[in-house]
Amino acid sequence: MPETPPKPPLGRPASNLPPLSLHIPEPRYRPGDTPDFSDVEIPAVDATPRPGEATKADAMRELCYGLVRVLDFDGQAKGPWNPNLAPDRLRTMLRYMMLLRAFDDRMFRAQRQGKTSFYMKSTGEEATSVASTMAIDRSDMCFPSYRQQGILITRDYPLIQMMNQIYSNRGDHLLGRQLPIMYSAPEHGFFSVSGNLATQYPQAVGWAMASASKGDSRIATVWCGEGSSAEGDFHSALTFATVYNAPVIFNVVNNQWAISSFSGFAGGERTTFAARAVGYGIAGLRVDGNDALAVYAATQWAADRARTNIGPTLIEHFTYRAEGHSTSDDPSAYRAAQEAGAWPFGDPIARLRQHLETLGEWDAERHEAQAKELEELVKTTQKQSEKLGVLGHGMHQPFETMFQDVFEDMPWHLQEQCDQMLAEQKTKFGADWKPE
Amino acid sequence: MMADDTKTMNMIEAINSAMDVMLGRDDTVVVMGEDVGYFGGVFRATAGLQKRHGKTRVFDTPINECGIIGVAVGMGAYGLRPVPEIQFADYIYPGLDQLVSEAARLRYRSANDYICPMTVRTPFGGGIFGGQTHSQSPESIMTHICGVKTVIPSNPYDAKGLLIAAIEDNDPVVFLEPKRIYNGPFSGYYDRPVEPWSKHEASAVPGGYYRIDLGKAAKVREGEAVTVLAYGTMVHVAKTIIEERGVDAEILDLRTLLPLDIEAIEASVRKTGRCLIIHEATRTSGFGAELAALVQERCFYYLEAPVERVTGFDTPYPHSLEWAYFPGPVRIATALDKILKD
Repeated sequence: MPETPPKPPLGRPASNLPPLSLHIPEPRYRPGDTPDFSDVEIPAVDATPRPGEATKADAMRELCYGLVRVLDFDGQAKGPWNPNLAPDRLRTMLRYMMLLRAFDDRMFRAQRQGKTSFYMKSTGEEATSVASTMAIDRSDMCFPSYRQQGILITRDYPLIQMMNQIYSNRGDHLLGRQLPIMYSAPEHGFFSVSGNLATQYPQAVGWAMASASKGDSRIATVWCGEGSSAEGDFHSALTFATVYNAPVIFNVVNNQWAISSFSGFAGGERTTFAARAVGYGIAGLRVDGNDALAVYAATQWAADRARTNIGPTLIEHFTYRAEGHSTSDDPSAYRAAQEAGAWPFGDPIARLRQHLETLGEWDAERHEAQAKELEELVKTTQKQSEKLGVLGHGMHQPFETMFQDVFEDMPWHLQEQCDQMLAEQKTKFGADWKPE
Repeated sequence: MMADDTKTMNMIEAINSAMDVMLGRDDTVVVMGEDVGYFGGVFRATAGLQKRHGKTRVFDTPINECGIIGVAVGMGAYGLRPVPEIQFADYIYPGLDQLVSEAARLRYRSANDYICPMTVRTPFGGGIFGGQTHSQSPESIMTHICGVKTVIPSNPYDAKGLLIAAIEDNDPVVFLEPKRIYNGPFSGYYDRPVEPWSKHEASAVPGGYYRIDLGKAAKVREGEAVTVLAYGTMVHVAKTIIEERGVDAEILDLRTLLPLDIEAIEASVRKTGRCLIIHEATRTSGFGAELAALVQERCFYYLEAPVERVTGFDTPYPHSLEWAYFPGPVRIATALDKILKD
């Protein structure tokens, strides 16, 4: 037999160089640890400059590493980014954020009561959808990820329609086809939520390109999490946006956690997510996502840029996912229980409330009354929605709807399969069965 | 009878003409892809279109198929009718999530709130020494997606009429262009001179608007002995071998794989009692498997022999051994002999 040289064993250095080592990111705190965020850098509230909207992206790269702030931790609005909103506007913002939280709480409970399969709360991140939606035009188009129900709330989408979708009941205009919270609302400038991550990113750019090519004045905004910024779609989108100077605002909601993976698994150990903008030559802002006024100001600035053909902006909303990823998640299994409480940027609703109170435009009594009123509103609406059915208690849609809308017109093979299913329906439930 | 504006066109010219007509008729149509703008495409399918219709209607894109298809989905949501080109079908995979999970499902998941009237054009198939990354036939990947239509023309006249129908369709269409026959029909004999389209009657193409409805097969040849189901390049290869051997075969050019013209298939197989399926794509889970199952389910009591498949092999498309891979004259003749003998 010919002699073959032996293969060196795996893992032995090929020379006298020191061995290589593989880095596996690890979050700082795990269950049982006491989190300490005292070393998180918090620039002074007025430390981040506000360049003019027409400033070239490469002249303000430092914004990607700073932090746009307006509210200090005593409830004062300060610095160049202060949008100077009228008290009425601030109260509206607070109301939407509170309504969102009340809605989330109620729907989370409905899932726990077995009335639907799934829910996702946005607790602690309310400002990132509510304030940014308030800062754009009502006719601008939003491409949400799965945690932006705040857009619908802010655009006064009927709560009952959201609930009908969550329950997949008779009133669900999506005919029970989509997982709860995957809303679609074209009349409210809200794109159909996919469930696949970051796919909406290039779609938003395409919408924005179309708007620009038709000489429209509307812009697109799109959201994803820091975790899904690792998807190829994110980078495809930024490439197309910079190539065509698309009028689009990219929001990355950096809530630190993607299910159980901390932001380090998306590259967050080494740089900011706003800094992704630098490589693409577009504007980037890093914003205190728990400061509704900072989110508003940053979005307004980015919208002005987009609308005047200056170009796209990437906004990183630095925030914290105060609860689980979804009703299917148990964060106590992978992160320290006190993290949310220890988060140095506080709670967005509490901070806006404090600001209004500091201005003398709000007080505890009004706050409590409003919380109660919104809770009642959600509860009453929930009762109305549940009259149209909840998930798992009967089937609410005619079976043939399963085959509709695969194509505009139903081809023969789907018609045949539909007929087969209707025959199965008859066998299982009898000829008189009707949707419940 | 040739209408006044009828010209002799090859496949490329016919496809170009379809886009030209639609860009002119409908200001929501946009054409985009790698190298399609100023240059006019690596196969010249978009030559001259940017000059005639402007840069915002016909433009180059980054080399990013996920972006091309994803952006097209967004344009469709805005109200445009995008016609993206993927330079080779082999390159469509980076864009597959946007096609499968987004374009194909948008109408369904939004219950008609949003639609995706997009036509993805892409050259496919081998026979041009393209090696494993410029030769694949991914049609059965497309037909396996629910919510996408799959169209494959086999001649210039059909290419134009089908492409116009695809662009007008309100659902996503994958329009697979058999690149081996862009410039002329192919006999299957790689060592014979290439015949130009001008010698083929289907090269007479009206200059203006006309459409061929999706979902309709074409009977290329009448016959009684055996039904041959084919599409794209293989229609011409099959016809050559069948005529050489004097077999009284009926050839159906499927033209649209989904939705499939099942009536035409059933009628023909019931008449002939035999069915031979020919495609260039790999065999296992190829579209031939679907066709064989449908024929067996619907025509079993008419069959006088087992359904036969002639396909490419289940290997990557080789470069130097291309013609050993290609389902050419020998493989087709062997299958014909077998199915007619049984």
